Amino acid sequence: MKTLHDTGVLFGRLMRHILRSPDTIITVAITPIAIMLLFVFVLGGAIETEGSYVNYLVPGILLIAIASGIAYTALRLFADVKNGLFERFQSMPIKRTSLLWAHVLTSLVSNAVSMVLIILVALAIGFRPSAGVLAWLAVAGILVLFTLALTWLAVIAGLTARSAEGSSAFSYPLVFLPFISSAFVPTTTMPAAVRLFAENQPVTSIVNTLRSLLGSQPVGSDIAIALAWCVAITVVAYLCAMRAYRRLG
Amino acid sequence: MTDAVIQVTDLQKSFTGKKGARTAVLKGVYFEVRRGEIFALLGSNGAGKTTTVRILSTVLKADGGSAQVCGYDVARQADKVRERISLTGQFAAVDGMLTGRENLLLIARLRGVADPANLADGLLERFGLAGAAHRRADTYSGGMTRRLDIAMSLVGSPTVLFLDEPTTGLDPEARLAVWQTARELADGGTTILLTTQYLEEAEQLAQRIAILHDGRIIANGTLGELEELLPPAKEEYVIRRPTLEEVFLAIINAQQGGVAGQGGTVWQGGAAEQGGTTRQSDAIRQDATARQDGATMQSSATRQNSAYPDRRAVL
Repeated sequence: MKTLHDTGVLFGRLMRHILRSPDTIITVAITPIAIMLLFVFVLGGAIETEGSYVNYLVPGILLIAIASGIAYTALRLFADVKNGLFERFQSMPIKRTSLLWAHVLTSLVSNAVSMVLIILVALAIGFRPSAGVLAWLAVAGILVLFTLALTWLAVIAGLTARSAEGSSAFSYPLVFLPFISSAFVPTTTMPAAVRLFAENQPVTSIVNTLRSLLGSQPVGSDIAIALAWCVAITVVAYLCAMRAYRRLG
Repeated sequence: MTDAVIQVTDLQKSFTGKKGARTAVLKGVYFEVRRGEIFALLGSNGAGKTTTVRILSTVLKADGGSAQVCGYDVARQADKVRERISLTGQFAAVDGMLTGRENLLLIARLRGVADPANLADGLLERFGLAGAAHRRADTYSGGMTRRLDIAMSLVGSPTVLFLDEPTTGLDPEARLAVWQTARELADGGTTILLTTQYLEEAEQLAQRIAILHDGRIIANGTLGELEELLPPAKEEYVIRRPTLEEVFLAIINAQQGGVAGQGGTVWQGGAAEQGGTTRQSDAIRQDATARQDGATMQSSATRQNSAYPDRRAVL
């Protein structure tokens, strides 16, 4: 109970931060939206996919947005550690895990807002998903799981970084990962070595699953692989984050 | 059984440096702080003051030795300790994105205070922040930020307050205000462990002073006891010029208070005018000491107020 109460109060504090600097959400949404526009209206014409290219592209764009959104989670956490607020909280009768969970919840909510913004823009430029309510719920669930996995990675970065730049730099390779996956072009067009990587990294299975769900197609084995990746990354990152957290004290 | 609120026994802590080498910061620290007193831990940068405070406030774990706060072990009964203490760290820990009032409400809610709003308003009033209550804390001056920081530490009425270098980086006026607050709290029964690198601060505030040097307490006692460690003072008459700090305080007081006859006082400390300005300098000094609550202890004629560097190297 105490943990829930403390997490709630600290979550309220962080949401206030976001409401007072909405640029953090807008910035997170704008780059993926720009990439989406670039690919749909400039490069996409040369890419052959089944169905409309914007339908093909949206899942990857969402993952890019999450990968860049969690950089702000790392940054907010780093700021709390740096300016002494974390130390103040640690000397107070607050449940220890509440401090981290408040940041994690904030990350989930702010990324969800970015997702909604991107989907609205996508709809405006011709994104036409045929998914029903259940499929949409599954899409939302997978996006939440992916956000959770990357957020715990961000927590490690936020707790261990020595500079603000360092705390968010870890997200660059994550943002890049969708480019070497099935997110933008089918992996069949890639050279063998690249294709091997692309087909076996987490983004491809997640993108394929989202694409199938949104297009009312059977998800096949992709969904199991996608879920396994999300859960595995979450568990490993969570354990490492907790270890980094204990070291802080 | 003593009335010790804080008991530190053989406290040890080392940190791993960049190349894996262990550096011992605390090498067996012993001291006690009694109920309701202001106890100063005096030492230069890197002496281990902050490490000691962080261990006592349950933020950091010691490698060896033990420490009790209010009878509870800081390592094994951290939750009990946390309910009774507040930490005001070396750098003001306020949330710049929130207003002053929201900062206080946040801490009050986390501490489970019965009427957070009422408490926040009371503290804002008491610390002269009522006018800035609805401004974001990152627009506050250094002195205001420190006041808010200390006000946040008072939420929930802690038995023990740790003040880690509370006046570093503050201007003289703000420093006096912090001193005043510390005295009021101690008068109200709060036990205060103060760390400082300023001799004058320890002298002004503390009933007892421990000198922490190179990871050990090398002297511990009242100011009088510490002074007895020195060779007997020799009596010397020196004309004492007011320090720049006293001049500064006197002038801004005159400005703010609009006291007739002092508004135009400007210190002209040339040697030729020394005789003629004595009275004036006395007036200025009295004014300045009055602001220090009449507690200035001039223990020898040659003692001078220590000059305060505005900034210091960060640990």
